[in-house]
Amino acid sequence: MRFKLHVWRQSGPNAKGAMEAHDVDGITPEMSFLEMIDLLNEKLLADGKEPIAFEHDCREGICGACSMVIDGVPHSPERAVTTCQVHMRSFQDGDDIHVEPFRAKAFPVLKDLVVDRDAFDRIIQAGGYVSVNTGGTPDANEIQIPKVAAESAMDAAACIGCGACVAACPNASAMLFTAAKIAHLGQLPQGQVERGARARAMVEQMDAEGFGNCTNHYECMDACPKEIHVEWIARMNRDYLKASLTAKD
Amino acid sequence: MSSLRNALRSSVGSKTLMALTGLALLGFVLGHLVGNLQIFAGQEKLNAYAQMLKDSGPLLWGARIGLVVVFVMHIATAIRLTLANRAARPDAYVVQVNQRTTYAARTMLMSGLIVLAFVIFHLLHFTLGVTHPEFAAEGMVDSAGRHDVAKMVVLGFQSIPVSCAYVVAQLLLGLHLMHGVSSLFQSLGVQHPQLAFLERGAGRAVAAVVVIGNCSIPLAILAGFVPEGVVL
Ligand code: HEM
Ligand code: FES
Repeated sequence: MRFKLHVWRQSGPNAKGAMEAHDVDGITPEMSFLEMIDLLNEKLLADGKEPIAFEHDCREGICGACSMVIDGVPHSPERAVTTCQVHMRSFQDGDDIHVEPFRAKAFPVLKDLVVDRDAFDRIIQAGGYVSVNTGGTPDANEIQIPKVAAESAMDAAACIGCGACVAACPNASAMLFTAAKIAHLGQLPQGQVERGARARAMVEQMDAEGFGNCTNHYECMDACPKEIHVEWIARMNRDYLKASLTAKD
Repeated sequence: MSSLRNALRSSVGSKTLMALTGLALLGFVLGHLVGNLQIFAGQEKLNAYAQMLKDSGPLLWGARIGLVVVFVMHIATAIRLTLANRAARPDAYVVQVNQRTTYAARTMLMSGLIVLAFVIFHLLHFTLGVTHPEFAAEGMVDSAGRHDVAKMVVLGFQSIPVSCAYVVAQLLLGLHLMHGVSSLFQSLGVQHPQLAFLERGAGRAVAAVVVIGNCSIPLAILAGFVPEGVVL
């Protein structure tokens, strides 16, 4: 297979970027999207040119590092996949393919397709944890977790923090990510003590990072490789409002 | 107190404000619609209703002031949020494909601002009689000596450009409500599988009621309808 790849090139955080076209040839249908870029990069290196910078780690759809927008959709228009799980058989031979970095004020571009997603880490640091006392090993099953709560918490916990929700949102809002993290811990018995404080701290950090506000377009849900549901945003709104209205400070 | 103020200025708090003020405005729109549809019951009914509102004195003024406050809060929050949302994506995508969002959702600020322009025109037209001084003049009274609202409305809507402006404004209000009313449940955290139909259908249903109800009056009058008892 052969493709014409239009890819965003930007030499550094403050540099001006632009799309650059490359012909890629000798691609097989079973190659992944990242392997296609690997092949192009080998060619660029052989020609003495700068390879395309992109992020990746596990290449099996669980780390969320492979953030890029393919043909206008984060992780490509294919449903429920990360970029590393997209294969070239999803494209037509001879296609023009457009690849860009995630774009948001809170996710500044570092180089080419690589963006800085530390803002997500700071949201987690603000409250995406439960506090436990260290000491002797607790007994197994000491804390009873209802099956329904465990399953539901797991649905929210499927979020891999890739940032596709922010990239897809017309407002660059991080509400799906933040809501999933709040719902994940807030549904488990271990998460109850800090539930209100967590919702407030994480929403405040999210706002401080310069993400936009959800206006219920729900583009995030369609772009999410783990199909995280917007119902968690409604839950976050409830948790946040309740915590704010009953706060003692 | 300061933490409550911060909460109201936060993203989630602002969304709550949008939803609550939007809900209050919707309440007014529906009440206003039911009141006005009385024109189809004849001059007597409508004029008596208008007189009753006028005679409510402090209650009327309380409602008016409350409505203005809510309207200003809705608009101010809308503009603040929209500006923040634009700032959150300073560089546009070269290629962007939307998968789910609707035209109504993407044009909320525009449809809202046009509705605002219409509300101002509507007040100048019928309430204050600025555009048509004869509407507020001494002579616009019925046989019982009340302000003849029914006659004023008929005269107002017999003008084709005026009726067209009203119909267009209602269509935009309908567009606004189509997304707004569905959105409100999510913003307020109402989320239950058995209530999913609200988020799916409430926007369209409410928009249809408001558009059809409000447009029926100018359209009927253009088609030659004159309420019982109105002497032109
Ligand atoms: C009769 C007048 C109006 C009614 C009944 C109304 C109703 C609503 C409702 C129910 C919502 C949904 C709130 C939510 O997202 O939870 C909303 C949102 C909104 N309104 Fe209005 N509104 C009116 C006038 C206006 C005006 C004059 C503006 C102009 C600035 C405006 C701008 C907006 C914006 C930008 C949103 C947010 C959209 C979003 O979050 O998706 N509205 N409105
Ligand atoms: S590289 Fe880990 S999810 Fe794609």
